[in-house]
Amino acid sequence: MTLVEEAVLVAAKDLRIEAHARVVMTQVLPFGVVVLLLFAFALDPDRGVLPVVAPGLFWVAVLLSSLLAVSRSFAIEADHGARDGLRLSGLDGAAIFLGKAAAIAVQLLVLEVVLLIGVFVLYDVDPRGLAVLVVAGVLATTAIAALGVTYGVLAAGMRVRETLVPLLVLPITMPVLLGATRAFEFALADDLGPAWRWTSLIAMITTVTITLGVLSFESLLEEA
Amino acid sequence: MPVVSIRQAVCLLGRFPALAGVDLEVDAGEIVWLAGPNGAGKTTLLRLIAGLQPLHRGTATVFDFDLERDRRSHRRRLAFVGHETFAYDDLSVAENLDFAARAAGSAPDRAVEARRRFGLDPLAAVRHAGLSAGQRRRLALATAFARDAELLLLDEPHAGLDADGRALLDDTLRAFVANGGTVVFSSHESDRATLLGAREVRIVGGVVVGAERVAPTERVTEASR
Repeated sequence: MTLVEEAVLVAAKDLRIEAHARVVMTQVLPFGVVVLLLFAFALDPDRGVLPVVAPGLFWVAVLLSSLLAVSRSFAIEADHGARDGLRLSGLDGAAIFLGKAAAIAVQLLVLEVVLLIGVFVLYDVDPRGLAVLVVAGVLATTAIAALGVTYGVLAAGMRVRETLVPLLVLPITMPVLLGATRAFEFALADDLGPAWRWTSLIAMITTVTITLGVLSFESLLEEA
Repeated sequence: MPVVSIRQAVCLLGRFPALAGVDLEVDAGEIVWLAGPNGAGKTTLLRLIAGLQPLHRGTATVFDFDLERDRRSHRRRLAFVGHETFAYDDLSVAENLDFAARAAGSAPDRAVEARRRFGLDPLAAVRHAGLSAGQRRRLALATAFARDAELLLLDEPHAGLDADGRALLDDTLRAFVANGGTVVFSSHESDRATLLGAREVRIVGGVVVGAERVAPTERVTEASR
């Protein structure tokens, strides 16, 4: 099997588990919606603040939800020695990284579509610059998933995995949060020049995070 | 050339030496029985051979791969059945087997064949979470046989199996060895090892204290030969 075929095998396995268990759809998605609602209550739609800060709130909601998705991705490898099974499988570590990151990214993209509709409805934001929203969204989500998998595996073998993952992942995703928020701000303001420049920055970050993950994941998995 | 060659191996679990200078050599086509009391180091030795346990001191080669330098490259050529099933709760028996076979680069029909061999066809659509302990054991064994492995590492493989399952496992192991495969297994059940005609390697306190050939009709110690 090629690296891509192995990655597809791992991603399909993780997505099949999610299709059966529906943890992301029944727990993570509602969590993201609740976060959006809490922001709306806290900032009061009548004050006019929400449309201005909507991009930042959207990406904070995505980031918080991604922590649950990453934890879930490694929780399924913790039961019944599945992580040892994965190490013994013969699959390339880079393929495992790419497969797990792809599965998380797919789940987050579904979640983001729902949250984005929620932002448009709840925060009274007009949808503009959709091309930028899609490209920047996909790139930022990929970066978040890649960082989540790279740092998630660091905590995978620890009893404090659930609490350690946020501490490891949140600080390292700051540049993605900043870039994606700025790209969305400019896109929703129909100012597409700066929006694409911020999207380019996200593309660079995504490339770096994927490269680091591909190079380091196998060693990290061995030590987990 | 031996399949497994281990010299003065020391493995640490934390700071505790689970293996304290083990010597072991396993030739192709052998069935080796690791015997010894609980905590003797049998599981650690199997995990060392599988490349899951790092070597602290000594030397260990499996299929000519030096495990001190490379604990990964030989894994495609072996299958390991430990105390856990290595399976996913939310995948069915068929899905777990299919994933394991494909990941190992085996043909998909190997998974179907392993499923049939271990009597798991009626449970194909049942998720791992819904299996009994004995059924999980059968799934773990089927997963191992779904890989095109040359070396089988089995940790207490008969545990949890009913009489039919035990006989089936023994027949499968004999057929595997007859086809050139090699088996290293740990067990507290000397009668099973006797039935298999395995070479006994006794481990106590992380070191090998004796080895003998166990056959259905005779027991010949290596020392007396």
